[in-house]
Amino acid sequence: MATCRIPLVLLACGSFNPITNQHMRLFELARDHMHSTGQYQVVGGIVSPVSDGYGKQGLVLAQHRIAMAKLALQSSDWVTVDEWESQQADWTETVVTMRYHCGRILKEYEQSTGEHKDSSGNPSPLSSPCPQLKLLCGADFLDTFQVPDLWLDDHVEEVAGHFGLICVSRGGLHPEQAVAASDTLSRHSHNIFLVREWVRNETSATEVRRALRRGLSVKYLIPDSVIEYIHQHNLYTEDSERRNKGTVLRPLAKQATQPGKSLDD
Amino acid sequence: MDGQHLTKVVLLACGSFNPITNMHLRMFELARDHLEDTGQYRVVKGIISPVGDAYKKKGLIEACHRLEMARLSTDSSDWITVDPWESLQPEWVETAKVVRHYYKEMLEAEQNTDDLDTVKYAKKRRIEENNFGASSHQKKDGLQLMFLCGADVLESFGVPNLWKQEDIDEIVGRYGMVCITRSGSDPHKFIHQSDKLWKYRQNIHMVREWVTNEISATQVRRSLRRGRSVRYLLPDGVVHYIQEHALYSAESEQRNAGVVLAPIQKNTEVS
Repeated sequence: MATCRIPLVLLACGSFNPITNQHMRLFELARDHMHSTGQYQVVGGIVSPVSDGYGKQGLVLAQHRIAMAKLALQSSDWVTVDEWESQQADWTETVVTMRYHCGRILKEYEQSTGEHKDSSGNPSPLSSPCPQLKLLCGADFLDTFQVPDLWLDDHVEEVAGHFGLICVSRGGLHPEQAVAASDTLSRHSHNIFLVREWVRNETSATEVRRALRRGLSVKYLIPDSVIEYIHQHNLYTEDSERRNKGTVLRPLAKQATQPGKSLDD
Repeated sequence: MDGQHLTKVVLLACGSFNPITNMHLRMFELARDHLEDTGQYRVVKGIISPVGDAYKKKGLIEACHRLEMARLSTDSSDWITVDPWESLQPEWVETAKVVRHYYKEMLEAEQNTDDLDTVKYAKKRRIEENNFGASSHQKKDGLQLMFLCGADVLESFGVPNLWKQEDIDEIVGRYGMVCITRSGSDPHKFIHQSDKLWKYRQNIHMVREWVTNEISATQVRRSLRRGRSVRYLLPDGVVHYIQEHALYSAESEQRNAGVVLAPIQKNTEVS
């Protein structure tokens, strides 16, 4: 009988402006890595595009970013797009999004095990435990923990300590250093999984947008269906790149006005 | 027809394509963008020519599979095609011969579309006669075949016995090259350090790939052997094909182990 692996769902938050083959690679690499630890079984992946309220320069409307992500993931049998975060009125802290998905996963789990209870109402002993949720990100994400006022200390503790991180790195970035540079992250290093992407691939959404602005090809960097969508809706022009220029990023604005207070109500 | 006389270009890429990856396909896109950006060229066709099994490279799987994967990967392209000619030859074919073959084909195709225009045809013949044996750019009536490759191929010109000097003269001198640079290599330096390449520097179009996209087929094969995902590095159709046919195993990687590469074998043979 196989050892009991912990079922795992991977959540990636980000702009996905637009989604690229690299984003989808993150999921593939993370899944392979977590399986190879022998302790986990990846059962799902979630792409959660950030809401328009994030205020990042060049961010196109969430409805487009969601549509493109859906097109890109059409052919995936385990990764889906979730619109909850993008539908919230204001920008949502990563931890709040994680709590939402965790709660949703728990509810689904309880409903499905509820159907498999024995006569005394106990869950069937052969059912697997409730899937855990971990945050999937790139190495540059770890560096954001060092940016003043971008993260609340409590939240870093919760993301790294309670949930856990899977960080995929590439190129010259050294995530081990980012972990070492943070006391909180170091304390939870056993819960931070570092995955090395061996392909020297610096494809980024920023570069894709740049190429599109200049009328250059992005074929084979993002799915054909997404390229078509972009052309149909004429996204990613010089104008679109100027959106939110000069605006303070929402997390910085929000956290600066309420120092030390927990922002989860 | 616009007044500007753009030279029509066909791009030819030779290689193992073992397997073909998104990076190979990107090379074509980058080359096309670069050439058309100069305002002098219009890229009309791309040809992928997988090498024959007689090349004897370690880990090279059968040409029929490599061809099919390349075909699957170009399904969604309206200008890049795959041609089996090279892979169907019983012996390994020098790259210069492959270039010559496709150049001839390209001219014939152009001629067929011009056959009805007798004036143009006569003009063509005069140009052909004048340019016979010339070492200048083989550019017939605004039509050119260029050899497309990565900087590593350019640098392989320096490997002893891998290339015949006259072949390099022909490919670079007579036809032209489009070379996609990878990080970590300095192809300009390589050209500078080679008198031959320096002579032909006008025929070498260097395309700087700003966004590193080094999907090495060797590492793709390694991942496959280890049961790791290569999705989004190769087109989906190719990933499925590989899985369906269980290509790329420890055994397949041992093929031709210890065998001398065909070009080196040929060039070191006592004639």
